[in-house]
Amino acid sequence: MSYLVTILYIVAFAMFIYGLMGLTGPKTAVRGNYIAAAGMAIAVIAVLIDIRDTENWGLIVGGLAVGVILGVPPALKTKMTAMPQLVALFNGVGGGTVALIAWAEFLDSNGFTTVDDVPSVPFIVGSLFAAIIGSVSFWGSLVAFSKLQELLNKNFEKKVVASAKLFQLANIVLAVAAIAIAIYIGLQADPANAPTPAIWIVALLVVAGLMGLFVVLPIGGADMPVVISLLNALTGLSAAAAGLALNNQAMIVAGMIVGASGSILTNLMAKAMNRSIPAIVFGSFGGDGGSGGVVSASGGTVKATSAADAAIQMAYANQVIVVPGYGLAVAQAQHAVKEMAELLEQRGVEVKYAIHPVAGRMPGHMNVLLAEADVAYDAMKEMDDINGEFSRTDVTIVIGANDVTNPAARLDSSSPIYGMPILNVDQSKSVIVLKRSMSSGYAGIDNPLFTADQTSMLFGDAKKMVGEVTEELKVL
Amino acid sequence: MYTELLANIAILVLAGFVGFAVISKVPNTLHTPLMSGTNAIHGIVVLGALVVLGHLPGDAPWSIKIILFVALVFGTLNVVGGFVVTDRMLAMFKPKKDVVKASAESKGADAR
Repeated sequence: MSYLVTILYIVAFAMFIYGLMGLTGPKTAVRGNYIAAAGMAIAVIAVLIDIRDTENWGLIVGGLAVGVILGVPPALKTKMTAMPQLVALFNGVGGGTVALIAWAEFLDSNGFTTVDDVPSVPFIVGSLFAAIIGSVSFWGSLVAFSKLQELLNKNFEKKVVASAKLFQLANIVLAVAAIAIAIYIGLQADPANAPTPAIWIVALLVVAGLMGLFVVLPIGGADMPVVISLLNALTGLSAAAAGLALNNQAMIVAGMIVGASGSILTNLMAKAMNRSIPAIVFGSFGGDGGSGGVVSASGGTVKATSAADAAIQMAYANQVIVVPGYGLAVAQAQHAVKEMAELLEQRGVEVKYAIHPVAGRMPGHMNVLLAEADVAYDAMKEMDDINGEFSRTDVTIVIGANDVTNPAARLDSSSPIYGMPILNVDQSKSVIVLKRSMSSGYAGIDNPLFTADQTSMLFGDAKKMVGEVTEELKVL
Repeated sequence: MYTELLANIAILVLAGFVGFAVISKVPNTLHTPLMSGTNAIHGIVVLGALVVLGHLPGDAPWSIKIILFVALVFGTLNVVGGFVVTDRMLAMFKPKKDVVKASAESKGADAR
Protein backbone atom coordinates (compact mmCIF):
# COMPACT_ATOMS: atom_id res chain seq x y z
CA MET A 1 0.00 0.00 0.00
CA SER A 2 2.87 2.40 0.65
CA TYR A 3 3.76 2.13 -3.04
CA LEU A 4 0.26 3.23 -3.96
CA VAL A 5 0.63 6.23 -1.64
CA THR A 6 3.94 7.21 -3.22
CA ILE A 7 2.53 6.82 -6.75
CA LEU A 8 -0.45 8.99 -5.83
CA TYR A 9 1.97 11.62 -4.45
CA ILE A 10 3.83 11.61 -7.77
CA VAL A 11 0.56 12.03 -9.66
CA ALA A 12 -0.39 14.85 -7.28
CA PHE A 13 2.79 16.89 -7.67
CA ALA A 14 2.82 16.34 -11.44
CA MET A 15 -0.66 17.88 -11.45
CA PHE A 16 0.56 20.81 -9.32
CA ILE A 17 3.28 21.57 -11.86
CA TYR A 18 0.94 21.14 -14.85
CA GLY A 19 -1.72 23.24 -13.15
CA LEU A 20 0.79 25.97 -12.37
CA MET A 21 1.89 26.02 -16.01
CA GLY A 22 -1.76 26.57 -16.91
CA LEU A 23 -2.02 29.46 -14.45
CA THR A 24 0.59 31.41 -16.40
CA GLY A 25 -1.66 31.92 -19.46
CA PRO A 26 -5.03 33.71 -19.56
CA LYS A 27 -6.74 30.99 -21.60
CA THR A 28 -5.55 27.99 -19.60
CA ALA A 29 -5.64 29.57 -16.14
CA VAL A 30 -9.08 28.39 -15.01
CA ARG A 31 -8.33 24.81 -16.04
CA GLY A 32 -4.87 25.05 -14.44
CA ASN A 33 -6.43 25.94 -11.11
CA TYR A 34 -8.84 22.98 -11.35
CA ILE A 35 -5.95 20.63 -12.15
CA ALA A 36 -3.94 21.86 -9.17
CA ALA A 37 -7.00 21.50 -6.93
CA ALA A 38 -7.58 17.95 -8.20
CA GLY A 39 -3.91 17.22 -7.46
CA MET A 40 -4.47 18.45 -3.92
CA ALA A 41 -7.50 16.18 -3.54
CA ILE A 42 -5.43 13.20 -4.73
CA ALA A 43 -2.64 14.07 -2.27
CA VAL A 44 -5.14 14.23 0.61
CA ILE A 45 -6.70 10.88 -0.42
CA ALA A 46 -3.20 9.37 -0.60
CA VAL A 47 -2.34 10.49 2.90
CA LEU A 48 -5.69 9.25 4.23
CA ILE A 49 -4.89 5.81 2.73
CA ASP A 50 -1.47 6.01 4.39
CA ILE A 51 -2.91 6.69 7.84
CA ARG A 52 -6.01 4.45 7.49
CA ASP A 53 -5.19 2.59 10.74
CA THR A 54 -5.10 5.77 12.78
CA GLU A 55 -6.79 6.02 16.17
CA ASN A 56 -7.65 9.68 15.60
CA TRP A 57 -10.28 9.48 12.82
CA GLY A 58 -12.65 11.66 14.82
CA LEU A 59 -10.15 14.52 15.08
CA ILE A 60 -9.12 14.17 11.43
CA VAL A 61 -12.62 14.24 9.97
CA GLY A 62 -13.56 16.99 12.42
CA GLY A 63 -10.52 19.10 11.52
CA LEU A 64 -11.13 18.81 7.79
CA ALA A 65 -14.82 19.65 8.24
CA VAL A 66 -14.15 22.69 10.45
CA GLY A 67 -11.55 23.95 7.96
CA VAL A 68 -14.00 23.69 5.06
CA ILE A 69 -16.85 25.29 7.01
CA LEU A 70 -14.66 28.21 8.13
CA GLY A 71 -12.85 28.62 4.80
CA VAL A 72 -15.46 28.46 2.06
CA PRO A 73 -17.93 31.21 3.08
CA PRO A 74 -15.36 34.06 3.33
CA ALA A 75 -13.64 32.84 0.15
CA LEU A 76 -16.97 32.98 -1.72
CA LYS A 77 -18.36 36.17 -0.22
CA THR A 78 -15.43 38.54 0.23
CA LYS A 79 -15.49 41.48 -2.16
CA MET A 80 -12.87 41.60 -4.91
CA THR A 81 -11.41 44.75 -3.34
CA ALA A 82 -10.60 42.84 -0.15
CA MET A 83 -8.85 40.00 -1.96
CA PRO A 84 -5.29 41.07 -1.06
CA GLN A 85 -5.92 40.77 2.67
CA LEU A 86 -7.78 37.49 2.21
CA VAL A 87 -4.80 36.02 0.35
CA ALA A 88 -2.55 37.29 3.15
CA LEU A 89 -4.79 35.59 5.72
CA PHE A 90 -4.90 32.22 3.91
CA ASN A 91 -1.14 32.43 3.47
CA GLY A 92 -0.70 33.10 7.18
CA VAL A 93 -2.70 30.07 8.34
CA GLY A 94 -0.54 27.91 6.04
CA GLY A 95 2.57 29.14 7.85
CA GLY A 96 0.76 28.61 11.15
CA THR A 97 0.11 24.98 10.23
CA VAL A 98 3.82 24.34 9.74
CA ALA A 99 4.76 26.02 13.02
CA LEU A 100 2.09 24.07 14.94
CA ILE A 101 3.24 20.75 13.42
CA ALA A 102 6.81 21.48 14.57
CA TRP A 103 5.49 22.32 18.05
CA ALA A 104 3.51 19.04 18.24
CA GLU A 105 6.51 17.05 16.97
CA PHE A 106 8.68 18.58 19.66
CA LEU A 107 6.21 17.65 22.42
CA ASP A 108 5.62 14.18 21.00
CA SER A 109 9.34 13.35 20.95
CA ASN A 110 10.18 14.96 24.32
CA GLY A 111 12.17 17.74 22.68
CA PHE A 112 13.43 15.56 19.80
CA THR A 113 15.23 13.27 22.30
CA THR A 114 13.14 10.21 21.34
CA VAL A 115 12.88 10.49 17.54
CA ASP A 116 12.05 7.18 15.84
CA ASP A 117 13.51 8.13 12.46
CA VAL A 118 17.11 7.17 11.81
CA PRO A 119 18.97 9.34 10.94
CA SER A 120 17.18 11.93 13.03
CA VAL A 121 19.17 14.97 11.85
CA PRO A 122 16.98 15.94 8.85
CA PHE A 123 13.88 15.53 11.01
CA ILE A 124 15.20 17.81 13.73
CA VAL A 125 16.80 20.43 11.47
CA GLY A 126 13.80 20.45 9.13
CA SER A 127 11.35 20.82 12.01
CA LEU A 128 13.29 23.66 13.65
CA PHE A 129 13.64 25.51 10.34
CA ALA A 130 9.93 25.01 9.66
CA ALA A 131 9.08 26.27 13.15
CA ILE A 132 10.99 29.53 12.66
CA ILE A 133 9.86 30.31 9.11
CA GLY A 134 6.29 29.15 9.73
CA SER A 135 5.94 31.39 12.77
CA VAL A 136 7.45 34.40 10.95
CA SER A 137 5.04 33.86 8.07
CA PHE A 138 1.99 33.43 10.33
CA TRP A 139 2.49 36.58 12.40
CA GLY A 140 3.83 38.59 9.47
CA SER A 141 0.76 37.72 7.41
CA LEU A 142 -1.55 38.67 10.27
CA VAL A 143 0.07 42.12 10.39
CA ALA A 144 -0.23 42.46 6.60
CA PHE A 145 -3.90 41.48 6.91
CA SER A 146 -4.63 44.01 9.64
CA LYS A 147 -2.79 46.75 7.76
CA LEU A 148 -4.73 46.16 4.54
CA GLN A 149 -8.02 45.74 6.41
CA GLU A 150 -7.11 49.02 8.14
CA LEU A 151 -7.57 47.55 11.61
CA LEU A 152 -4.49 49.32 12.94
CA ASN A 153 -4.70 52.75 14.48
CA LYS A 154 -3.33 55.26 11.94
CA ASN A 155 -1.33 57.20 14.54
CA PHE A 156 0.16 53.99 15.92
CA GLU A 157 1.08 52.95 12.38
CA LYS A 158 2.76 56.30 11.70
CA LYS A 159 4.81 56.05 14.88
CA VAL A 160 5.90 52.53 14.00
CA VAL A 161 6.91 53.53 10.48
CA ALA A 162 8.86 56.48 11.86
CA SER A 163 10.83 54.27 14.24
CA ALA A 164 11.66 51.64 11.61
CA LYS A 165 15.34 51.71 12.53
CA LEU A 166 14.51 50.57 16.07
CA PHE A 167 12.55 47.61 14.73
CA GLN A 168 15.42 46.60 12.48
CA LEU A 169 17.76 46.56 15.46
CA ALA A 170 15.26 44.45 17.40
CA ASN A 171 14.97 42.09 14.43
CA ILE A 172 18.71 41.45 14.36
CA VAL A 173 18.61 40.60 18.07
CA LEU A 174 15.54 38.37 17.55
CA ALA A 175 17.11 36.57 14.58
CA VAL A 176 20.25 35.81 16.60
CA ALA A 177 18.10 34.66 19.54
CA ALA A 178 15.99 32.38 17.32
CA ILE A 179 19.05 30.74 15.78
CA ALA A 180 20.64 30.33 19.23
CA ILE A 181 17.51 28.67 20.65
CA ALA A 182 17.25 26.38 17.61
CA ILE A 183 20.91 25.35 17.98
CA TYR A 184 20.42 24.70 21.71
CA ILE A 185 17.38 22.50 21.02
CA GLY A 186 19.30 20.70 18.29
CA LEU A 187 22.28 20.01 20.56
CA GLN A 188 20.02 18.76 23.36
CA ALA A 189 18.29 16.35 20.97
CA ASP A 190 20.30 13.32 21.99
CA PRO A 191 18.61 10.14 23.25
CA ALA A 192 21.10 10.14 26.14
CA ASN A 193 19.85 13.52 27.36
CA ALA A 194 16.86 14.26 29.55
CA PRO A 195 13.79 15.56 27.66
CA THR A 196 14.13 19.24 26.67
CA PRO A 197 11.42 21.30 28.45
CA ALA A 198 8.57 22.47 26.23
CA ILE A 199 9.32 26.09 27.14
CA TRP A 200 12.15 26.05 24.59
CA ILE A 201 10.01 25.36 21.55
CA VAL A 202 7.48 27.92 22.79
CA ALA A 203 10.32 30.42 23.17
CA LEU A 204 11.47 29.67 19.63
CA LEU A 205 7.96 30.17 18.21
CA VAL A 206 7.46 33.40 20.20
CA VAL A 207 10.81 34.88 19.17
CA ALA A 208 10.20 33.97 15.51
CA GLY A 209 6.66 35.32 15.76
CA LEU A 210 7.89 38.65 17.16
CA MET A 211 10.32 38.77 14.26
CA GLY A 212 7.41 38.33 11.83
CA LEU A 213 5.49 41.14 13.56
CA PHE A 214 8.47 43.49 13.67
CA VAL A 215 9.49 42.89 10.05
CA VAL A 216 6.08 43.73 8.60
CA LEU A 217 4.87 46.43 11.06
CA PRO A 218 7.22 49.23 9.96
CA ILE A 219 6.79 48.51 6.25
CA GLY A 220 4.43 51.10 4.87
CA GLY A 221 2.86 52.26 1.69
CA ALA A 222 3.48 50.90 -1.72
CA ASP A 223 5.66 48.07 -0.45
CA MET A 224 2.78 45.99 0.94
CA PRO A 225 2.20 43.90 -2.25
CA VAL A 226 5.83 42.87 -2.24
CA VAL A 227 5.57 41.82 1.39
CA ILE A 228 2.57 39.55 0.79
CA SER A 229 4.40 37.90 -2.08
CA LEU A 230 7.51 37.47 0.08
CA LEU A 231 5.49 35.88 2.90
CA ASN A 232 3.86 33.57 0.34
CA ALA A 233 7.31 32.38 -0.78
CA LEU A 234 8.37 31.94 2.86
CA THR A 235 5.38 29.73 3.64
CA GLY A 236 6.30 27.62 0.60
CA LEU A 237 9.84 27.20 1.91
CA SER A 238 8.59 26.25 5.36
CA ALA A 239 6.30 23.64 3.74
CA ALA A 240 9.32 22.21 1.88
CA ALA A 241 11.32 22.08 5.14
CA ALA A 242 8.44 20.29 6.86
CA GLY A 243 8.38 17.88 3.90
CA LEU A 244 12.07 17.10 4.41
CA ALA A 245 11.44 16.53 8.12
CA LEU A 246 8.49 14.20 7.46
CA ASN A 247 10.08 12.53 4.41
CA ASN A 248 7.03 13.53 2.35
CA GLN A 249 7.90 14.14 -1.32
CA ALA A 250 4.60 15.79 -2.22
CA MET A 251 5.25 18.45 0.43
CA ILE A 252 8.85 18.93 -0.70
CA VAL A 253 7.90 19.47 -4.36
CA ALA A 254 4.82 21.63 -3.78
CA GLY A 255 6.53 23.71 -1.08
CA MET A 256 9.68 24.27 -3.09
CA ILE A 257 7.81 25.22 -6.27
CA VAL A 258 5.91 27.84 -4.32
CA GLY A 259 9.13 29.01 -2.67
CA ALA A 260 10.82 29.43 -6.06
CA SER A 261 7.88 30.99 -7.90
CA GLY A 262 7.07 33.26 -4.97
CA SER A 263 10.65 34.53 -4.93
CA ILE A 264 10.46 35.33 -8.64
CA LEU A 265 7.15 37.11 -8.27
CA THR A 266 8.54 39.11 -5.32
CA ASN A 267 11.55 40.05 -7.37
CA LEU A 268 9.44 41.12 -10.36
CA MET A 269 7.37 43.38 -8.15
CA ALA A 270 10.38 44.85 -6.37
CA LYS A 271 12.00 45.53 -9.76
CA ALA A 272 8.90 47.30 -11.00
CA MET A 273 9.36 49.73 -8.13
CA ASN A 274 13.10 49.99 -8.65
CA ARG A 275 13.65 48.73 -5.13
CA SER A 276 15.53 45.74 -3.82
CA ILE A 277 13.97 43.24 -1.44
CA PRO A 278 16.53 43.97 1.32
CA ALA A 279 15.80 47.70 0.94
CA ILE A 280 12.10 47.05 1.44
CA VAL A 281 12.52 44.75 4.42
CA PHE A 282 15.36 46.62 6.12
CA GLY A 283 14.64 50.23 5.19
CA SER A 284 11.12 51.53 4.77
CA PHE A 285 10.84 55.00 3.25
CA GLY A 286 7.72 56.00 5.14
CA GLY A 287 9.74 58.14 7.56
CA ASP A 288 11.39 60.22 4.85
CA GLY A 289 8.15 60.71 2.93
CA GLY A 290 6.82 63.32 5.35
CA SER A 291 9.69 65.72 4.90
CA GLY A 292 9.64 65.30 1.11
CA GLY A 293 5.96 66.20 1.13
CA VAL A 294 6.43 69.41 3.07
CA VAL A 295 8.94 70.75 0.56
CA SER A 296 6.94 70.13 -2.59
CA ALA A 297 3.60 71.13 -1.08
CA SER A 298 4.81 74.75 -0.94
CA GLY A 299 4.70 75.42 -4.70
CA GLY A 300 1.96 75.38 -7.33
CA THR A 301 -1.77 75.71 -7.25
CA VAL A 302 -4.44 73.11 -7.79
CA LYS A 303 -7.12 73.59 -10.48
CA ALA A 304 -10.47 71.97 -9.85
CA THR A 305 -12.78 71.04 -12.70
CA SER A 306 -16.33 69.76 -13.13
CA ALA A 307 -17.77 66.55 -14.52
CA ALA A 308 -19.20 68.44 -17.51
CA ASP A 309 -15.80 69.90 -18.43
CA ALA A 310 -14.15 66.54 -18.08
CA ALA A 311 -16.80 64.94 -20.30
CA ILE A 312 -16.33 67.57 -23.04
CA GLN A 313 -12.54 67.22 -22.92
CA MET A 314 -12.71 63.49 -23.34
CA ALA A 315 -15.52 63.41 -25.90
CA TYR A 316 -13.47 65.45 -28.37
CA ALA A 317 -10.18 63.65 -27.79
CA ASN A 318 -8.63 61.20 -30.21
CA GLN A 319 -7.26 59.00 -27.49
CA VAL A 320 -8.02 58.69 -23.79
CA ILE A 321 -5.87 56.69 -21.40
CA VAL A 322 -7.41 55.53 -18.14
CA VAL A 323 -4.97 55.10 -15.23
CA PRO A 324 -6.67 53.09 -12.49
CA GLY A 325 -5.41 52.89 -8.91
CA TYR A 326 -6.43 51.81 -5.46
CA GLY A 327 -9.12 54.50 -5.32
CA LEU A 328 -10.92 52.71 -8.14
CA ALA A 329 -10.85 49.50 -6.13
CA VAL A 330 -12.13 51.15 -2.98
CA ALA A 331 -14.98 52.89 -4.79
CA GLN A 332 -15.82 49.75 -6.82
CA ALA A 333 -15.79 52.03 -9.86
CA GLN A 334 -14.75 49.44 -12.45
CA HIS A 335 -18.23 49.01 -13.95
CA ALA A 336 -18.78 52.77 -14.08
CA VAL A 337 -15.44 53.22 -15.82
CA LYS A 338 -16.31 50.54 -18.36
CA GLU A 339 -19.63 52.26 -19.08
CA MET A 340 -17.87 55.60 -19.58
CA ALA A 341 -15.32 53.97 -21.89
CA GLU A 342 -18.10 52.42 -23.98
CA LEU A 343 -19.73 55.81 -24.52
CA LEU A 344 -16.39 57.29 -25.54
CA GLU A 345 -15.72 54.43 -27.93
CA GLN A 346 -19.13 54.95 -29.56
CA ARG A 347 -17.94 58.48 -30.31
CA GLY A 348 -14.81 57.10 -31.95
CA VAL A 349 -12.47 57.90 -29.08
CA GLU A 350 -9.83 55.27 -28.53
CA VAL A 351 -9.72 54.20 -24.87
CA LYS A 352 -6.78 52.36 -23.34
CA TYR A 353 -5.98 51.37 -19.79
CA ALA A 354 -2.48 51.93 -18.41
CA ILE A 355 -1.72 49.46 -15.65
CA HIS A 356 1.26 50.03 -13.41
CA PRO A 357 2.66 46.74 -12.08
CA VAL A 358 2.01 47.72 -8.48
CA ALA A 359 -1.14 49.81 -8.87
CA GLY A 360 -3.53 48.85 -6.09
CA ARG A 361 -2.34 46.63 -3.31
CA MET A 362 -1.22 43.59 -5.30
CA PRO A 363 0.30 43.03 -8.74
CA GLY A 364 -2.49 42.54 -11.23
CA HIS A 365 -5.06 43.93 -8.78
CA MET A 366 -6.32 46.42 -11.38
CA ASN A 367 -6.43 43.81 -14.14
CA VAL A 368 -8.65 41.59 -12.01
CA LEU A 369 -11.05 44.44 -11.24
CA LEU A 370 -11.25 45.67 -14.83
CA ALA A 371 -11.71 42.10 -16.08
CA GLU A 372 -14.65 41.85 -13.68
CA ALA A 373 -16.21 44.76 -15.60
CA ASP A 374 -15.57 42.98 -18.92
CA VAL A 375 -12.79 45.28 -20.08
CA ALA A 376 -11.04 43.52 -22.96
CA TYR A 377 -7.76 41.83 -22.09
CA ASP A 378 -6.06 43.64 -25.01
CA ALA A 379 -7.11 47.11 -23.87
CA MET A 380 -5.10 46.77 -20.63
CA LYS A 381 -1.58 47.94 -21.38
CA GLU A 382 1.43 47.30 -19.23
CA MET A 383 3.66 50.19 -18.20
CA ASP A 384 6.45 49.64 -20.72
CA ASP A 385 4.01 49.29 -23.61
CA ILE A 386 2.07 52.47 -22.94
CA ASN A 387 4.63 54.91 -21.55
CA GLY A 388 5.63 56.04 -25.07
CA GLU A 389 2.01 56.85 -25.87
CA PHE A 390 1.28 59.50 -23.24
CA SER A 391 2.91 62.26 -25.27
CA ARG A 392 0.52 61.42 -28.13
CA THR A 393 -2.54 61.27 -25.87
CA ASP A 394 -5.04 64.12 -25.57
CA VAL A 395 -6.56 63.24 -22.20
CA THR A 396 -5.32 60.97 -19.46
CA ILE A 397 -7.78 60.32 -16.67
CA VAL A 398 -6.22 59.14 -13.42
CA ILE A 399 -8.78 57.35 -11.23
CA GLY A 400 -7.65 56.93 -7.65
CA ALA A 401 -4.00 56.37 -8.51
CA ASN A 402 -1.28 58.52 -6.99
CA ASP A 403 2.24 57.29 -6.28
CA VAL A 404 2.53 55.34 -9.54
CA THR A 405 1.96 58.58 -11.52
CA ASN A 406 4.24 60.82 -9.44
CA PRO A 407 6.72 62.56 -11.78
CA ALA A 408 8.98 63.22 -8.77
CA ALA A 409 10.14 59.64 -9.25
CA ARG A 410 11.65 60.75 -12.57
CA LEU A 411 12.60 64.37 -11.87
CA ASP A 412 13.32 64.98 -8.19
CA SER A 413 16.43 63.15 -6.98
CA SER A 414 15.66 64.10 -3.38
CA SER A 415 12.29 62.32 -3.47
CA PRO A 416 12.07 59.06 -1.52
CA ILE A 417 10.60 57.34 -4.57
CA TYR A 418 13.21 58.75 -6.99
CA GLY A 419 14.07 56.10 -9.58
CA MET A 420 10.84 54.13 -9.25
CA PRO A 421 9.41 53.48 -12.74
CA ILE A 422 6.16 55.39 -13.12
CA LEU A 423 3.49 55.94 -15.74
CA ASN A 424 4.52 59.14 -17.54
CA VAL A 425 1.07 60.65 -17.16
CA ASP A 426 2.52 64.17 -16.93
CA GLN A 427 3.59 63.97 -20.60
CA SER A 428 0.05 63.80 -21.98
CA LYS A 429 -1.58 66.98 -23.27
CA SER A 430 -4.06 67.19 -20.45
CA VAL A 431 -4.60 65.22 -17.29
CA ILE A 432 -7.76 64.80 -15.25
CA VAL A 433 -7.13 63.46 -11.77
CA LEU A 434 -10.09 61.95 -9.99
CA LYS A 435 -9.48 61.97 -6.27
CA ARG A 436 -11.40 62.16 -3.03
CA SER A 437 -9.24 64.92 -1.54
CA MET A 438 -5.77 66.42 -1.74
CA SER A 439 -4.35 63.89 0.73
CA SER A 440 -1.16 62.16 -0.31
CA GLY A 441 -0.96 58.55 -1.50
CA TYR A 442 -0.39 55.40 0.49
CA ALA A 443 3.36 56.07 0.49
CA GLY A 444 2.74 59.49 2.07
CA ILE A 445 4.55 61.49 -0.61
CA ASP A 446 3.31 64.67 -2.30
CA ASN A 447 2.57 64.49 -6.02
CA PRO A 448 3.65 67.48 -8.19
CA LEU A 449 1.44 66.10 -10.97
CA PHE A 450 -1.58 67.58 -9.18
CA THR A 451 -0.22 71.13 -9.40
CA ALA A 452 1.07 70.87 -12.99
CA ASP A 453 -0.32 73.28 -15.63
CA GLN A 454 -2.03 70.63 -17.74
CA THR A 455 -3.67 68.94 -14.76
CA SER A 456 -7.17 69.56 -13.48
CA MET A 457 -8.60 67.87 -10.42
CA LEU A 458 -12.03 66.30 -10.17
CA PHE A 459 -12.73 65.82 -6.47
CA GLY A 460 -15.13 63.16 -5.24
CA ASP A 461 -15.78 59.46 -4.89
CA ALA A 462 -14.42 57.67 -7.98
CA LYS A 463 -17.65 55.77 -8.76
CA LYS A 464 -19.90 58.78 -8.26
CA MET A 465 -17.74 61.13 -10.33
CA VAL A 466 -17.26 58.67 -13.18
CA GLY A 467 -21.04 58.20 -13.15
CA GLU A 468 -21.54 61.98 -13.43
CA VAL A 469 -19.06 62.19 -16.30
CA THR A 470 -20.97 59.37 -18.01
CA GLU A 471 -24.26 61.25 -17.62
CA GLU A 472 -22.67 64.35 -19.14
CA LEU A 473 -21.35 62.28 -22.04
CA LYS A 474 -24.85 60.96 -22.71
CA VAL A 475 -26.33 64.44 -23.13
CA LEU A 476 -23.48 65.86 -25.21
CA MET B 1 22.13 5.83 5.85
CA TYR B 2 21.61 9.28 4.39
CA THR B 3 20.49 8.06 0.94
CA GLU B 4 16.87 8.97 1.63
CA LEU B 5 17.83 12.48 2.70
CA LEU B 6 20.06 12.96 -0.35
CA ALA B 7 17.28 11.77 -2.65
CA ASN B 8 14.91 14.24 -0.99
CA ILE B 9 17.42 17.08 -1.35
CA ALA B 10 17.80 16.21 -5.05
CA ILE B 11 14.00 16.45 -5.39
CA LEU B 12 14.07 19.75 -3.50
CA VAL B 13 16.67 21.30 -5.82
CA LEU B 14 14.96 20.08 -8.98
CA ALA B 15 11.58 21.32 -7.76
CA GLY B 16 13.16 24.73 -7.17
CA PHE B 17 14.30 24.91 -10.78
CA VAL B 18 10.91 23.73 -12.03
CA GLY B 19 9.35 26.55 -10.00
CA PHE B 20 11.64 29.11 -11.62
CA ALA B 21 11.12 27.71 -15.13
CA VAL B 22 7.33 27.52 -14.92
CA ILE B 23 6.84 31.00 -13.52
CA SER B 24 9.39 33.14 -15.32
CA LYS B 25 7.01 34.23 -18.08
CA VAL B 26 3.69 35.40 -16.73
CA PRO B 27 1.76 38.47 -17.91
CA ASN B 28 1.23 41.08 -15.15
CA THR B 29 -2.49 40.52 -15.48
CA LEU B 30 -2.17 37.08 -13.98
CA HIS B 31 0.13 37.97 -11.09
CA THR B 32 -2.64 38.20 -8.50
CA PRO B 33 -4.38 34.94 -9.48
CA LEU B 34 -0.97 33.28 -9.71
CA MET B 35 0.00 34.44 -6.23
CA SER B 36 -3.33 33.15 -4.99
CA GLY B 37 -2.82 29.86 -6.85
CA THR B 38 0.64 29.25 -5.39
CA ASN B 39 -0.84 30.24 -2.04
CA ALA B 40 -3.37 27.42 -2.43
CA ILE B 41 -0.67 24.94 -3.46
CA HIS B 42 1.41 25.51 -0.34
CA GLY B 43 -1.74 24.39 1.44
CA ILE B 44 -0.01 21.03 0.93
CA VAL B 45 1.05 21.58 4.56
CA VAL B 46 -2.31 20.02 5.40
CA LEU B 47 -0.63 16.71 4.49
CA GLY B 48 1.89 17.25 7.26
CA ALA B 49 -0.87 17.81 9.81
CA LEU B 50 -2.69 14.68 8.57
CA VAL B 51 0.43 12.48 8.63
CA VAL B 52 1.49 13.53 12.11
CA LEU B 53 -2.02 13.37 13.55
CA GLY B 54 -2.60 10.04 11.80
CA HIS B 55 0.49 8.43 13.28
CA LEU B 56 -0.19 9.80 16.76
CA PRO B 57 -1.29 7.09 19.21
CA GLY B 58 -4.87 7.46 20.44
CA ASP B 59 -3.69 7.84 24.04
CA ALA B 60 -1.34 10.73 23.28
CA PRO B 61 -1.65 13.83 25.50
CA TRP B 62 -4.51 16.16 24.64
CA SER B 63 -2.16 19.12 24.38
CA ILE B 64 -0.53 17.56 21.29
CA LYS B 65 -3.89 16.54 19.86
CA ILE B 66 -5.27 20.07 20.21
CA ILE B 67 -2.20 21.64 18.58
CA LEU B 68 -2.45 19.22 15.65
CA PHE B 69 -6.21 19.71 15.36
CA VAL B 70 -5.69 23.47 15.02
CA ALA B 71 -2.89 22.80 12.52
CA LEU B 72 -5.26 20.63 10.49
CA VAL B 73 -7.98 23.31 10.54
CA PHE B 74 -5.45 25.97 9.46
CA GLY B 75 -4.09 23.77 6.67
CA THR B 76 -7.57 22.97 5.38
CA LEU B 77 -8.44 26.68 5.45
CA ASN B 78 -5.35 27.40 3.37
CA VAL B 79 -6.21 24.78 0.73
CA VAL B 80 -9.94 25.36 0.41
CA GLY B 81 -9.81 29.14 0.71
CA GLY B 82 -6.86 29.37 -1.66
CA PHE B 83 -8.42 27.41 -4.50
CA VAL B 84 -11.86 29.01 -4.18
CA VAL B 85 -10.40 32.54 -4.17
CA THR B 86 -8.21 31.76 -7.18
CA ASP B 87 -11.19 30.37 -9.06
CA ARG B 88 -13.22 33.51 -8.33
CA MET B 89 -10.41 35.73 -9.61
CA LEU B 90 -9.99 33.65 -12.76
CA ALA B 91 -13.72 33.52 -13.45
CA MET B 92 -13.38 37.17 -14.46
CA PHE B 93 -11.07 36.32 -17.32
CA LYS B 94 -13.57 33.99 -18.95
CA PRO B 95 -14.84 35.37 -22.26
CA LYS B 96 -18.32 36.83 -21.87
CA LYS B 97 -18.64 38.37 -25.33
CA ASP B 98 -22.37 37.84 -25.78
CA VAL B 99 -23.14 39.57 -22.49
CA VAL B 100 -20.95 42.54 -23.40
CA LYS B 101 -22.59 42.94 -26.79
CA ALA B 102 -26.09 42.83 -25.37
CA SER B 103 -25.35 45.36 -22.64
CA ALA B 104 -23.57 47.67 -25.08
CA GLU B 105 -26.63 47.63 -27.35
CA SER B 106 -29.05 48.39 -24.54
CA LYS B 107 -26.83 51.21 -23.27
CA GLY B 108 -26.57 52.62 -26.79
CA ALA B 109 -30.36 52.69 -26.94
CA ASP B 110 -30.52 54.53 -23.63
CA ALA B 111 -28.11 57.14 -24.89
CA ARG B 112 -30.16 57.55 -28.07
